[in-house]
Amino acid sequence: MKYVVLLKQVYDTETKITLDANGTISNSGITLIMNPYDEYAVEEALRLKEKGEGEVTVVSAGGQQVQDALRQALAMGADKAVLVDSEGADLDEYATAIILAKAIENIGFDVILGGFRAIDDGSAQVAGRVAEILKVPVVNVITKLEVEGSQATATREIEGGSEVVEVSLPAVFTAQKGLNEPRYPSMKGIMKAKKKPMDKKTLADLGLDNDQIAARVKPISFSLPEARKAGRVIPGEPGQAAAELAKLLREEAKVI
Amino acid sequence: MAKGIWVFAEQREGQIKKVTYELLSEGRQMADQLGEELCAVLVGKDVAEMAGSLGEYGADKVLVVENEALENYTTDGYTNAIAELIRQNEPSAFLLGCTVTGRDLAAQLAQRLETGLMTDCTGMEIADGQLVFTRPIYAGKATVRAACPEARPVMATIRPNTFVAVANAKTAEVVKAAVDPGNIRQVIKDIVRQISERPELTEADIVISGGRGIKSPENFKVLEELADVLGGAVGASRAAVDAGWISHSYQVGQTGKTVSPVLYIACGISGAIQHLAGMSSAKCIVAINKDEEANIFNVADYGIVGDIFDIVPVLTEELKKITA
Repeated sequence: MKYVVLLKQVYDTETKITLDANGTISNSGITLIMNPYDEYAVEEALRLKEKGEGEVTVVSAGGQQVQDALRQALAMGADKAVLVDSEGADLDEYATAIILAKAIENIGFDVILGGFRAIDDGSAQVAGRVAEILKVPVVNVITKLEVEGSQATATREIEGGSEVVEVSLPAVFTAQKGLNEPRYPSMKGIMKAKKKPMDKKTLADLGLDNDQIAARVKPISFSLPEARKAGRVIPGEPGQAAAELAKLLREEAKVI
Repeated sequence: MAKGIWVFAEQREGQIKKVTYELLSEGRQMADQLGEELCAVLVGKDVAEMAGSLGEYGADKVLVVENEALENYTTDGYTNAIAELIRQNEPSAFLLGCTVTGRDLAAQLAQRLETGLMTDCTGMEIADGQLVFTRPIYAGKATVRAACPEARPVMATIRPNTFVAVANAKTAEVVKAAVDPGNIRQVIKDIVRQISERPELTEADIVISGGRGIKSPENFKVLEELADVLGGAVGASRAAVDAGWISHSYQVGQTGKTVSPVLYIACGISGAIQHLAGMSSAKCIVAINKDEEANIFNVADYGIVGDIFDIVPVLTEELKKITA
């Protein structure tokens, strides 16, 4: 079985976001981490592999710094990594999906996993787009996955409940929190990861030119929202304060 | 020439989702400014009778696709049917609610149509003759305005509760469209719904959330009583979910749901930045917390420092009187 995990490196959740001189998001002084939802995807691929046999490949597109996130996946137990160097290209989800799909075609695949969304731009569309390009079915926001031969059964979150979906492999699955508890890389794993293959590709290696990955969506401007201001604290005994709050919500805020 | 702003009329078990009406109301304004038609796309099995309400919220036309195979949402079934409809009619824009279904469908459809998609938007405007969308990124720590200048239709999913649904007495033309749902590769084996009288967390106008200060699963009852008086939904912080007191489907925050209610009451929630990411677009925030230093007070419009178990029951009683 060939397991492929789509991986994205993102800004740490504690990062303070600022704009640079060009008015775009500044990347100075930030800490980069593996997208937390992708950790579930890596873990699930490793568990599936450990139940039988196979190979787990993690794949990403971006600059050289993305190697850190890929190495983390290798340290968790993935077998190899593929990094498509897209430094300098203005990618949107359409372009990113084309690049990743091309890389995955070269790797070969039975099960493709990814986080259901990345915590930076939260767009939740690259994995679905990859499935469409590769002409395989997708099951999004899964909290459980079972693979039997060439069939997979996934439980996915829907509004107000869940549903159980069956698909034939190959297929794409996106992970929701609850799918598993991702392992921490062990010291041994970290040492081993240093020797595992990190296959670096250029867009030209994949036979892609700029026209093929022309972004559909163009950002116009970035801004930092004004921080919410602290309102007022209502003083008094609990009962008194609660009564006052009820009155304020009705008469001042007019929200009830 | 691409023409028409289309809105996905999301329905579940005979009920049109509220976000659909919100999109139609705002879409109406955009369509008028651009001089285009506003069209709702209603897909399912035996759904035609729901078409009427879509006109009331602004649709000029309702395209109805009815098929046995479309009774339950599947990525393939809906993508196949709507992609064909879009290819036949060439609308200029297709808007969906940013719900589990809307998100799933939008990504698939956008790639099928090789177009651009902006997700979880909190604003829509017309600039230089084209639709421009605003979306929060980095968990709301920044926003980006973006457009899809060339590919059509431009696609976007809009966060529920972003726009106000405004009804007006209008009648839409209802057109039944026969399109093929094609080969559906996702086979639904089972659907489990939690029976709840409360509104959907992401769609609720009022959300009452509990955090570490709730202390036990049973204590959520105190919040449920308040939620029921206000017709609101119950949410939770990651701390309460990780403690195992409530399921992850209630989690509000960066690794949970994003909510934009009119009123958000945070009970025993410290206000970690990851939690704020999921609720800071609420119109009014109330914080109740024992710790007067808690970060949640920095974003709250109203705060009470004290024990939630002393305060929330009184608040519930007071609101019961007011709203009676």
